[in-house]
Amino acid sequence: MNIIMKFKAPLILALIYVTLAIWAPGIAYRSSAVALDYVREMALIIPPVFILMGLLQVWIPKDRIKSLIGTGSGLKGILISFTMGTLPTGPLYLAFPLAGSLLQKGARVSNIVIFLGAWAALKIPQLIAETEFLGLPFTALRFILTLTAVIVIGQIMEKLISPEDLPKTINTEM
Amino acid sequence: MTTIIIIYVLLGLCLGLSLWKSRGKTVQSFHSAAKAFWNMAPGLLAIVGIVGLILGVLPPETISRLVGEEAGLIATATAAVLGAITLIPALISFPLAGSLLRSGATVTTIAAFITTLVMVGTVTAPLEIKALGKKFTLLRNGLSFLAALVIACIMGVILG
Repeated sequence: MNIIMKFKAPLILALIYVTLAIWAPGIAYRSSAVALDYVREMALIIPPVFILMGLLQVWIPKDRIKSLIGTGSGLKGILISFTMGTLPTGPLYLAFPLAGSLLQKGARVSNIVIFLGAWAALKIPQLIAETEFLGLPFTALRFILTLTAVIVIGQIMEKLISPEDLPKTINTEM
Repeated sequence: MTTIIIIYVLLGLCLGLSLWKSRGKTVQSFHSAAKAFWNMAPGLLAIVGIVGLILGVLPPETISRLVGEEAGLIATATAAVLGAITLIPALISFPLAGSLLRSGATVTTIAAFITTLVMVGTVTAPLEIKALGKKFTLLRNGLSFLAALVIACIMGVILG
């Protein structure tokens, strides 16, 4: 029963797919093709990302994270967060649990926002594809503006978010 | 493909180092990874389902029709909203954006679409809330959406 409750969202979605297959088979077919593509991508990327996260949680002590990207880490912290985000690592939703555990380990909110922003919008492979299809001026300008925006958003969010706003027990402690 | 190779090489190196240093701690890492995965699994499955539905109803061709046909502010607003609700892999979205740009969409519209697409995630918000809290998620997505509109306008002025 508990498991059914836990998986109620995916189960409801599965029901929608079945309904669609009956009265809109075209949409159901396209949707399933897209969903299958995503499952394939996830199957390859999820195991290494979660294991790396487990290693990080077990091996890297709290004060190490704090000194690298916590309060007082200054420009070094910004650079480290930015660099970690730009590494080619997969879709943004996989960065959330990682970001959550970094926050729990004492990272600054502003640095986590930079990390997520870089992961989402400033990834190296993504920039290469962007230059190819949209040109260098477009890519370079978007890069500069987005980086500025992410730094500003990080500053604003750090002012507005207090420790009580963050989840108490991160996903791994349950 | 390169992404996959790099991430597995990184995993191999870290795992090797961990095993060499302590077997117990490595096992502990796997436990931690499994727990995190179990906790995120419903969210991840839901993302797959919702993305499938959205792209099933709104295939890239429909998106390009919506963004390409309308003009001016409406096109830009439509593009920003579409970017915020859809989740398209970069390998598909950049060629799509490139062809839209060549077929007459404005720089502002394309910049709005790309920026909200990568920075704002409506579908992934439940997962983000679980890991980072409601306030963090709402602020990050809300501010990113506003920033995307500003970025798009500046890019339109400079490159348009």
